[in-house]
Amino acid sequence: MCDTCGCNVTHGNRHLIEGEGALATTADGHRAVTVLRSLLSENDRQAEHNRAHFDRRGVLAINLMSAPGSGKTALLEATLDALPGELRCAVVEGDLETENDAERIRRRGTPAIQITTGSACHLDAHMVHQALHDLSLDGLDIVFIENVGNLVCPASFDLGQHRNVTLLSVTEGDDKPAKYPVMFRAADLVLLSKSDLLPVLDDFDPQRAEQALRKLASTAPLYPVSARRGAGLDRWIAWLHAELGAQRVRTAGGQTVRPAIQPDGLRFHTMPQSHELRGAAPLGPGR
Amino acid sequence: MHELSVCEALLREVQRIAAEHEARAVTTIILHIGPLSGVEPELLLQAFPIASAGTLAAAAQLVLQPLPVRVRCRSCGAETEAAANRLVCGACGDYHTELLSGDEMLLARVELDCEAEAPTHV
Repeated sequence: MCDTCGCNVTHGNRHLIEGEGALATTADGHRAVTVLRSLLSENDRQAEHNRAHFDRRGVLAINLMSAPGSGKTALLEATLDALPGELRCAVVEGDLETENDAERIRRRGTPAIQITTGSACHLDAHMVHQALHDLSLDGLDIVFIENVGNLVCPASFDLGQHRNVTLLSVTEGDDKPAKYPVMFRAADLVLLSKSDLLPVLDDFDPQRAEQALRKLASTAPLYPVSARRGAGLDRWIAWLHAELGAQRVRTAGGQTVRPAIQPDGLRFHTMPQSHELRGAAPLGPGR
Repeated sequence: MHELSVCEALLREVQRIAAEHEARAVTTIILHIGPLSGVEPELLLQAFPIASAGTLAAAAQLVLQPLPVRVRCRSCGAETEAAANRLVCGACGDYHTELLSGDEMLLARVELDCEAEAPTHV
């Protein structure tokens, strides 16, 4: 997030800084200060710090989001089993309560830090920063952050990840992207999880799910996967390998990347020149 | 329901600005909230009095200016209005569009009640 180069100035708010300027006096004599700063700029600053932390060690950070029960932890278990042994991973788990998911991951021999949010419905960059204090990134290749199961709030908080992966389980309904556009716009990759159940769910049409995703102007790939049966895992693992390779190239060149669309992400599209100067140009495929 | 934490972040920023300008009180806070911001205006308005109690902004009016969802088509170049869950080009129907506005979650403007400038002593 950038609050200094003017890239928060858009179509809708340009009039505020043109004409009378950033400081003006209202009719009743009050001082009016034009700000144009993201409401989450504090979170976003911490997220940039987290991302720099990952980048310094060449670690790829993936944020997994979905509704509760879509199979994020099961996907992680299957992924850790399928990734070659020489790749070292760690997992940050977010839940309101319990250490259950972290324990499932640790049983795979993978370090896992559990964040219990109490009543908070999402992870934020400060929570992830705290968790990273308990996790040595040295020698790691990928850190998976399993967000709180929720298709609403997690989409609004940048954690410092490089990519967002959103799961849509086939038991949920193929119109989920139309119902939760903020979440699905934020996805760099959508996984149709529990795909082994498709033959018995005649009301879920993967093509309709993809059409709903495209209507959000998303070009994210959409892969069916079954963590339980292993079907489709190879494409997901290949995607991870490609992303890890891209992250190594970026970190070698002192660059970083943000996930597809975070709130305010459009500033990166409309005024890319401002950000190239900052050495952090978006490198997303085709975006 | 993350509007309370959004509100708390907003108030930290507003109080910082108020302190910078040595304001006695914050009178108005203007936000730009797009339908794709992930923030629900109604919930933000409900959370604000709770979060602002006891701060310089306790009596401030919170104004939420909604912004339209607009997209620009990468194929035909048209700029059209869109719906939050239908961001395709309104002219040609292509989904290769970029968002021009609609995901804003910005603190746009703060109005402050400041002490009158102290007269300069000769």
